[in-house]
Amino acid sequence: MKKFTNTGNKDTRSGFGAGMTQLGKTNPNVVALCADLTGSLKMDEFQANHPERFFQIGIAEANMMGIAAGLTIGGKIPFTGTFANFSTGRVYDQIRQSIAYSGKNVKICASHAGVTLGEDGATHQILEDIGLMKMLPGMTVINTCDYNQTKAATLAIAEHKGPVYLRFGRPSVANFTPEDQTFDIGKAVHLIEGTDVTIVATGHLVWEAILAAETLDKQGISAEVINIHTIKPLDNEAILNSVKKPAALLLLKNTTI
Amino acid sequence: MTDINQLENLVTQVRRDILRQVHKVNSGHPGGSLGCAEFFVALYNVLMEHDTNFNMDGKNEDLFFLSNGHISPVFYSVLARSGYFPVEELNTFRLLNSRLQGHPTTHEGLPGIRVASGSLGQGISVAIGAALAKKLNNDNKIVYTLCGDGELQEGQNWEAIMYAAGNKVDNLIVTIDYNGQQIDGATDTVLPLGNLTAKFESFGWEVLTIKEGNNLEAIIKYNERSQIKNRKRKTHLCVTPHCDGQWR
Repeated sequence: MKKFTNTGNKDTRSGFGAGMTQLGKTNPNVVALCADLTGSLKMDEFQANHPERFFQIGIAEANMMGIAAGLTIGGKIPFTGTFANFSTGRVYDQIRQSIAYSGKNVKICASHAGVTLGEDGATHQILEDIGLMKMLPGMTVINTCDYNQTKAATLAIAEHKGPVYLRFGRPSVANFTPEDQTFDIGKAVHLIEGTDVTIVATGHLVWEAILAAETLDKQGISAEVINIHTIKPLDNEAILNSVKKPAALLLLKNTTI
Repeated sequence: MTDINQLENLVTQVRRDILRQVHKVNSGHPGGSLGCAEFFVALYNVLMEHDTNFNMDGKNEDLFFLSNGHISPVFYSVLARSGYFPVEELNTFRLLNSRLQGHPTTHEGLPGIRVASGSLGQGISVAIGAALAKKLNNDNKIVYTLCGDGELQEGQNWEAIMYAAGNKVDNLIVTIDYNGQQIDGATDTVLPLGNLTAKFESFGWEVLTIKEGNNLEAIIKYNERSQIKNRKRKTHLCVTPHCDGQWR
């Protein structure tokens, strides 16, 4: 069975911050907007390096989404940053009309998603965000598994034309994917081949799926693990091919879909 | 086109277009549309430097965003009469598979439309974004947007108005169609707007009130580049009678 190594726990939001720092240097059209959570989103380095391309919007997320939509008119690639709750449910109509329905090239980047947010409680532990966003026309929805993959996804979505929802989180989680990976939007990653059960996991639960597969292996059960980092467009082929084998299917997710 | 008689004739034609569009499908919003005919004719024929060979980015062009998307009949008429798309297409207003949906959209590819609108309160934010992009691109053209007065009941407007002042977005002109009417009646009875001039001024905006919102020369005079070259955020309260019309 293929082995994976955790190179040290890291927060996925810092992977986003590292990606933004790199994009700041390599893509002059990338601009960043934040609604009073610059440190929490790890956007401070981009802000320090490129103050002219960083827009502090204040606690006004609806306005942030509208401004981001407008910035695309003129060729900018806006990345908005706030918590997942305020990136989706609070501004659903603004995203629907001004971004998704209008086909604007806005990257909605959301931290502090799901129950793993922890101490902030239920008001902030949004589980509905992925479900909400995947229903919008033209919206790509990505939920990365670790620091390295979040950084790679941040770089990849800048090259993708169209609105994207990129979801990551605050807690430190296992970092096990390659440092300099290529992130293919919409293409699932087959991590472990198996025959008895298929575990399709997304976000930080991919690492838990690997640990589960190792435990099952010791019990003589062969588990396949698929990292489904892109929720929309979903890699149906990868999932359907896997469950063609005599396998049970298990979904691991930190969201309602 | 600057001859005032020609422009007046165009205003009349635009009003005909509005009535024909709305009457044909027995739905739509003629009131605000009719009231803003002069504003749109002045904007697209005198004030804005724009290219009817439509390009979404609109670099080195003045841009316009319609926030109160329900007055699409006047917008569609003036876009067509300016040469953005064939005038005959006005006959498809609000029909299935038409590019001229009840509220403007971009996904049908109608030239002249840069963002979908209809759900109110979003236009000033989008206009600010476009104005910021112009600054980043060293493009010194102007971004215009039109809002309804009742629309100012939406809170997002005030987030945007606060942002523009706080961040010196000075290549932006917001015009308010100050007709005092909304679907359920007068704005004063539905939800009073209070002293709009004082509100905008307290947010750091300069307010010019055009008392004759149906007077072409007044609209042109207040919007001339010589008037706005000092580049301060401006709001125009454009007082227009809301012509009789029934939403269906």
